Amino acid sequence: MSKSLRNVLIPILAVILGLIVGAIIMLISGYSPILGYTALWNGIFGDLYTIGETIRQITPYLLAGLAVAFAFKTGLFNIGVEGQLIVGWFAAAYVGFSFELPMYLHIPLAILAAGLAGGLWAFVPGILKARLGVNEVVVTIMMNYIALHITNALIRAIAGKDTSERIHETASLRNTFFEEITDYSRLHNGIFLALIAVVVIWFILEKTTLGFELKAVGFNQDASKYAGMNVKKNIVISMVISGFLAGLAGATEALGTFEYVSTKGGMTGIGFDGIAVAILGANNPLGVIFGATLFGALKYGSLNMPNEAGIPEEMVSIIIAIIIFFVACGFIFQLFLDKLSKKKEVK
Amino acid sequence: MEHVIEMLNIRKVFGNFVANDNITLQVKKGEIHALLGENGAGKSTLMNVLFGLYQPDGGEIRVKGKSVNITDPNVANDLGIGMVHQHFMLVDNFTVTENIILGSEPTKRGSIDIKTASEEIARISKNYGLDVDPYAVISDISVGMQQRVEILKTLYRGAEILIFDEPTATLTPQEITELIQIMKRLIEEGKSIILITHKLKEIMEVADRVTVIRRGKGIGTVNVSETNPTELASLMVGRDVEFTTEKRQSNPKEEVFRISDLLVKDYRGVEKIKGLNLSIRRGEILGIAGVDGNGQTELIEAITGLRKVESGSITLNNKDITNLRPRKITESGIGHIPQDRHKHGLVLNYSVGENVALQSYYHAPYSKAGVLNYKVIYEKAREIISQYDVRTQSEYELARALSGGNQQKVIIGREVERNPDLLIAAQPTRGLDVGAIEFIHKRLIEQRDNGKAVLLISFELDEILNVSDRIAVIFEGEIIDIVDAKHTSEQELGLLMAGQKLTKDSTVQSLQKEGE
Ligand SMILES: Nc1ncnc2c1ncn2[C@@H]1O[C@H](COP(=O)(O)OP(=O)(O)OP(=O)(O)O)[C@@H](O)[C@H]1O
Ligand SMILES: [Mg+2]
Repeated sequence: MSKSLRNVLIPILAVILGLIVGAIIMLISGYSPILGYTALWNGIFGDLYTIGETIRQITPYLLAGLAVAFAFKTGLFNIGVEGQLIVGWFAAAYVGFSFELPMYLHIPLAILAAGLAGGLWAFVPGILKARLGVNEVVVTIMMNYIALHITNALIRAIAGKDTSERIHETASLRNTFFEEITDYSRLHNGIFLALIAVVVIWFILEKTTLGFELKAVGFNQDASKYAGMNVKKNIVISMVISGFLAGLAGATEALGTFEYVSTKGGMTGIGFDGIAVAILGANNPLGVIFGATLFGALKYGSLNMPNEAGIPEEMVSIIIAIIIFFVACGFIFQLFLDKLSKKKEVK
Repeated sequence: MEHVIEMLNIRKVFGNFVANDNITLQVKKGEIHALLGENGAGKSTLMNVLFGLYQPDGGEIRVKGKSVNITDPNVANDLGIGMVHQHFMLVDNFTVTENIILGSEPTKRGSIDIKTASEEIARISKNYGLDVDPYAVISDISVGMQQRVEILKTLYRGAEILIFDEPTATLTPQEITELIQIMKRLIEEGKSIILITHKLKEIMEVADRVTVIRRGKGIGTVNVSETNPTELASLMVGRDVEFTTEKRQSNPKEEVFRISDLLVKDYRGVEKIKGLNLSIRRGEILGIAGVDGNGQTELIEAITGLRKVESGSITLNNKDITNLRPRKITESGIGHIPQDRHKHGLVLNYSVGENVALQSYYHAPYSKAGVLNYKVIYEKAREIISQYDVRTQSEYELARALSGGNQQKVIIGREVERNPDLLIAAQPTRGLDVGAIEFIHKRLIEQRDNGKAVLLISFELDEILNVSDRIAVIFEGEIIDIVDAKHTSEQELGLLMAGQKLTKDSTVQSLQKEGE
């Protein structure tokens, strides 16, 4: 069996198996899997509005997943995507409502501010890891809390309440054409930003000397040092680029979906889900498209399951988690397929 | 005659590549059976099939006459087959005992019974003269000791047939002698051994029979008592091989490289190089002989910028390169074939082509304005593959999939092709077959004849004597003497390596030392 065929077949098989096990669990708990999955389907593809909303949901997952995957390629575990996203969200919204600029400047400036804020947030764990060997996992988790509470405080200080004013129209990623064809969903131009980021990151990793170095450092630091690469510098660069991407995810929320920033009682979860997205996508930029689509669709579509099929939210989370679990265990299917093709060869 | 292992017409295919083409190997009980073949001939593959790591695509395996299906290493263990891999599979921060019982931990009332296991291990160790401390932590013991732990592991699990894949490649001569004793002891205790080695001397010394394979095909099995190294070499390569490389008289020119009063510490802060002086001229090969651990590693790392120099200076072409970044040092004209190819020499998850570009990816023609030119990179890779006879399916193959010797050829090709003013070759032929060794030695001499300097570090005295023009002996971080390669012998080098300085009136004509 050819490699590329297998790469497509495995995730599909995994999703199917995940759905089957999810169905069994629904059955055991006394819910109808047919009703449940119909509700899920309708929640994703039911009408133009839900399709628009599904794609909107996929947008930040793309960027968050990309952020995790990129860091991972350099051997870094960026658990701080969440915090980087939160500061990016705030920065984009702040530029969005406090400046008055023509659109062609305002949008890029707001996006850049978000990326830089996220990058700065990731720079801290990056430099600590490079200079002092501090474990980036611990630092990034701490940075998440710092991000949450600092942005909350800033929002209250600036707005005097828990929600900022709306961003100016010149900073909005709103797309009236999208709105019209999707029955006024919140689908916005952020999806283009995310897809461009995927292509750029793919290009950096596969075609540039920077990517060559980052991956080499991720695979083998000793050999990278031997080959004259600056391992410490590469760790910082990788972290900052990863944080930049996370910041962009925040920008799509600030400038597209919500058009404001408000204080949060807890994490958004998008940054953590980004870890799952990256794993589903095998830490490959193109794979992240698959991971984000699957994750975003399931996440958004499942919101419909309690309403339409009467399945409790907790149950829905379990089912979604099982599907994800099976996809993440893709290697089991790899083995299965290997056995299968071997048997054929013998015969 | 009873055969403990019979591998009949074994076939193993990777993709379109036939690594084992109907090979037959029959091992008698109580013998040491050597497996000989060029790099990439398929020896490790055949053994991985026997150990259950690979499934054969054809053929039959019989253990003690019974046909078996070895689906994984646990099955191999149960059949009494144990394997000591070339690259050890030990957990660094575990003790010897913990490593040995890993995967089959004995328990007593629910908790792991370390004590009984340790006693058992100590008993086996004593029985076979292995001298291993069951409570030592792996990261604290030498490579030779670690190998014994691997041997113990197989014995602890009741192995009757032991497979050794290039056990001597990473050992010092002293450790090799000890290993040979251990193998003889194992045979006395009724075990059988399959030994893979490229060193014909070792085969002649310990093996009873030898099976030769060439490019995946079995050539035949001969009794060691009825053959000789020359015959074995030509059997495996398919042509005659010269053991001593012919070379012209060296014609050294001006000094190109100099080390003065070098002081280097190891990672624990212990001084390993203590005021070392050395100089090399264009057109000469300087060999460094010495017992492992006398500062060779620290010396190389200091020269190449991988380790900080505490004091003293290193100059190349009259330019000070002390404590520069590794890349600056490389660019100033130093090439380095590192001692540990997996740790330093290669990114195993990169393709052969990418590994060829590892030192030069960042400049033209391999990249322009930060964008890689893979066409050029892979062209260069193809060039090296054909010139250095790298046996690989293609330049796109991951370095990981190459056989050990072929990985080495990729590194050597990469470094020599950069044509550095000073080429540092640390154990350049470790794990290479005799044909490849001959080839590499010729290349080193060719560099010399082109007016380049070569610094050769090796534990193989044969290699040092054969290739070098001058030999510097390193002892406890200092060069204690420099001798002319033509006028010295193994015995004299041995004395020097033990730290016994020769007097002026000794039979050896010792060359003038630095600055005299
Ligand atoms: N997993 C694999 N996938 C693809 N090719 C492989 C794989 N393992 C080995 N090969 C190829 O099979 C051939 C035989 O490899 P093997 O490791 O058995 O050689 P070897 O005789 O042990 O050589 P050496 O003496 O250099 O260790 C090589 O050409 C190698 O590239
Ligand atoms: Mg091998």
